[in-house]
Order: sequence, then structure tokens, then C-alpha cells
Amino acid sequence: MKPLSVPERLTKNRFLLDEEQCHIEVNQEIAKATGTGKLLVACCPAHVYTEEPDGTISVEYAACLECGTCLAIAAPGALKWHYPRGGFGVQFREG
Amino acid sequence: MTQAAEPDFEVIVIGAGIAGCVAAYQLARQGRSVLLIERGEAPGSKNLSGGVLYSRGIQQVFPDFRQEAPVERRITRNYINFLNADSSVAIDYKDARLADPVNAVTVLRAKLDAWLSEKCEEAGAMIMPGVRVDRALTEGTRVVGVQAGDDELRAHVVVAADGVNSFIAKEAGLRQKEPLNQLAVGVKSVISLPRETIEQRFNLTGDEGAALAVVGDCTQGVGGGGFLYTNLDSLSVGIVVRLDDLTARQKVVTDIFDHFLQHQFIAPYLEGGELLEYGCHLVAEGGLHMVGEIVMDGMVVVGDAAGLTLNTGLTVRGMDLAVGSAVAAAEAIGDALDRKDTSKAALAPYRDKLFASYVGQDMKTYAKAPHFLEVERMYKQYGELLANVLYGTFNLDTQPRQHLLKVARRSLARSPLKMRQLVRDGIAGARAL
Repeated sequence: MKPLSVPERLTKNRFLLDEEQCHIEVNQEIAKATGTGKLLVACCPAHVYTEEPDGTISVEYAACLECGTCLAIAAPGALKWHYPRGGFGVQFREG
Repeated sequence: MTQAAEPDFEVIVIGAGIAGCVAAYQLARQGRSVLLIERGEAPGSKNLSGGVLYSRGIQQVFPDFRQEAPVERRITRNYINFLNADSSVAIDYKDARLADPVNAVTVLRAKLDAWLSEKCEEAGAMIMPGVRVDRALTEGTRVVGVQAGDDELRAHVVVAADGVNSFIAKEAGLRQKEPLNQLAVGVKSVISLPRETIEQRFNLTGDEGAALAVVGDCTQGVGGGGFLYTNLDSLSVGIVVRLDDLTARQKVVTDIFDHFLQHQFIAPYLEGGELLEYGCHLVAEGGLHMVGEIVMDGMVVVGDAAGLTLNTGLTVRGMDLAVGSAVAAAEAIGDALDRKDTSKAALAPYRDKLFASYVGQDMKTYAKAPHFLEVERMYKQYGELLANVLYGTFNLDTQPRQHLLKVARRSLARSPLKMRQLVRDGIAGARAL
């Protein structure tokens, strides 16, 4: 049995998207210089981070499962990450 | 001044997880005015765990826990598994004594924490969901309340129960950024299966449950492990991998997870199941070393936010420690409120109570476990060695048999392991676990 892709998995979750505010911000220069960019792509279980052909890191904040792994592995200054505003983001029904 | 004259509440608790709910419940039962703030749309909606709760502690807080709380199964079967690519060696420990009194249960936190917050409300606490606390309000060195957006709420004591990322404790200077060898990421799927199928596959009856702890090929050699827990009509299946090792080996965490789900000895358990939910969680694995300062003027830190998690290799604990820390904190806060002094010195007995309880005692007992579990050999070579010894014993290939000791010696000689490593790890393991 082939496992579902990460985007397929995420469709099973309930999310309340904050249309107005993104809770994640990558400093592209520092992310590139420190190698944080590639780590973000590899370590995020929700595949929030993608490396674009030009080497920048794009962010799909709507998919965030709010674990904080990205912040833990990021070099100083490479990432601003906070929880989404109250009531927004993933809402687990199982947990 | 030791505390403000007229705050909005005596106590504000940040975060409706297990630690926050138990603290709020205990304080409300003391007759304190308590506000419990939760950033999820409802309590439980941001909370996730592997799924096994060692339940004796919470049973003391809620005597009817077993009857009332939405728990899944009583764990009576612990299956400890060295998993290799083509072989598997396990200890299958089943014991009726674990069923009564109940020792451990599987839980799904969105359900359990919703129940806990209801208990808080019944006890008189006010619940405020859908609100993210941005920071602790301070005056000088003292925490005097919380700020959420433009709103300020004041209290004699703030309880930071905001989980492993604890922005509140970090911003207050109580916690530093942890080194990566003390952190792990857990990735988990909840997969639905009919109740009868689960009972057949795991050899269970009634509400008995099984907990599989897996080490080895499930994480492709990265420090960590896999787990598979039975709920009533679903399975919680996942991996936990140490961040220093994951980043050093340049592995993709979801590839490791997929590899585990597809492993030839794991996939049959999941066959035919449907994904209900996918989640992840950061895990503090530093043990005792991670518990830093947990008390300051007007604030205490409890549960995951205080770094209270324990991985002993066999048992993985966090939720029971959250309960114990909340009970200790609520007692100390109650005493401090009675004396109308909620300074750091007045709240300090929280730490003493914590370390006198099973929480602090166990953190000390297993202080060496995190270091031991960093031994790389645990995640590949030992499992293979065990399987090779057994293969040499069971594989009756019409060649003359050799005594077990000789088979073991030859397997060891062929493995990259050295006898002195085996002895050293054996002694270190015996001391650490």
C-alpha cells in the first residue's frame, strides 16, 4: 500500500485559515547563507517549505501543523515563526 | 509590593493542555478565581501526543477518570521491537496486572482535553478559547498578567502551560533555545480501522490495548523510534526522530515516516485503514537537563513548557509528568495566595514539591537516559546482531548445529560491533535505564 502524499494527508485535517496574517517569514539571505533553507524543506512534516528553482524558500503557511520544528532548527535570524492568531490554524479532531 | 491589590483573576493559566487544565482544575477546586486561556478554537484542538498516558497520577486528580474520561484502551500489552529491514526481534510483554488498577491508557488529545476543560468549567474556572496570549505582562521583574492582542488581563499568578515551544517561558528569560540533540520531532497518523479488526490484529479483547515501541530500521538508523498504539477504533502510528541526527544525516522526515508505514512488518497492521488525521509535535528529550528555571515573581511554568518529558527507551512519558507538575504548582500557588505573597520566593515551593514527587524523582533517576539513547549502535547494529544470533539458531540448514554461545560470538565477529562496545553499552544502559 502506497502511503498518501503529504498534501493528501493534510486534506483530512481541519484548518481555519487566517486570510489576513501569515505567521511565518523566511529571511531568504540568511536562510541561503546558513543552509537553513534546505533544512526547513527536509524537516517540516507538513511540507510548508519548498525550495524554488531560484533557490528561495517559499512558504505555504496554510498547511502548518504548528509543531515548531522549523524554529528549532533555523539559524538565528533565518526564520520568524509564531503561532497563528487565536482561533486560526490547524484544529485537531483526534490529536 | 508582593502582589497587586485587585487583579482580574487570582490565577491566569495559559494553555488548555493537560498541565494547564489540571492546574486550573485544582486551583478552581480550592475556590480561586481562575481564567484558562486557549489559543485553539476549542480546548484540545491544538493538542497532540503519541497517545499513551500513564494514568495513575491523573486518576488521583479525577477519581472517576477511568469511568468518565474519553480514554481509548487500557494498555495491557507492551511490545518492544528491534526492527531491521528483513527481520524483527521483540519482547512481547502482556500482563493482566496492568489492567487493574489501570496503569496506562491510550488517548486522543482533542477528545481528552475537551473533557478536562469541561471539568475545569464545572469546578468554576472560566475558559477563554480562541485567544492567543502574546506575552506575559511584566512590571519590573514581576509578571502581573497576560497580553493578548490589545487586551490586558491581570492576575496574582500566571501559569505558563503553553507547551513545548513555550514562547512565554522563553520571552520571560526562563528558557533558552535548546540544542538539537535535546529535541525531536514526532510525526503521527491516526488511522481508522474497525474495532474487531484491531482486536484480532493485536490479540486483544474488550478495551485492552497494545503499545508497540519500535527501534531500528523504522527510522532508517536516525536516533529515535517508531510507535504504534491501539485506540478503540483507530491506530496512532508514528515516528519520533532526534533533530541533531536528522539534520546531520540530511534525511527528509516524511521519507522516514513513509518508510516506517510501508515496512513489511508494520504495513500489515495498517492494511485497509483510512487516514483520519495527520499531525506532528516537537518533543523535548533532554530529560533533567532541560528543566531550567520554572519559577519567577508572579509566574510558574508547568508540563512540556517546563521541559518535563522522559524517554527511557522503554517508556516515553510527558502527559503524566504534566499532571504531576500541575498538581505541585497548584498546591504551591494556593499556599502563596493564602499568604498574599506570590513572589518568586513564595512560589519556590513548587519546585521543591515537584522534585519530591514522582515527576522530579523520575527525572533524576533517568538523568543519564538521553545521553545513552544517543548511542548510534542502538538504532541499527544491535537489532541486526540479535536477529543474526536467532537466525543462526532457527535456520536449520542441515549443517551441524553449534552451541548458542558460539553462534553469538560468530554473529558479533561479523557485525561492526566490538565486544568492548557491547560491554560498555550494557553497563551504561543498566545505569541509565
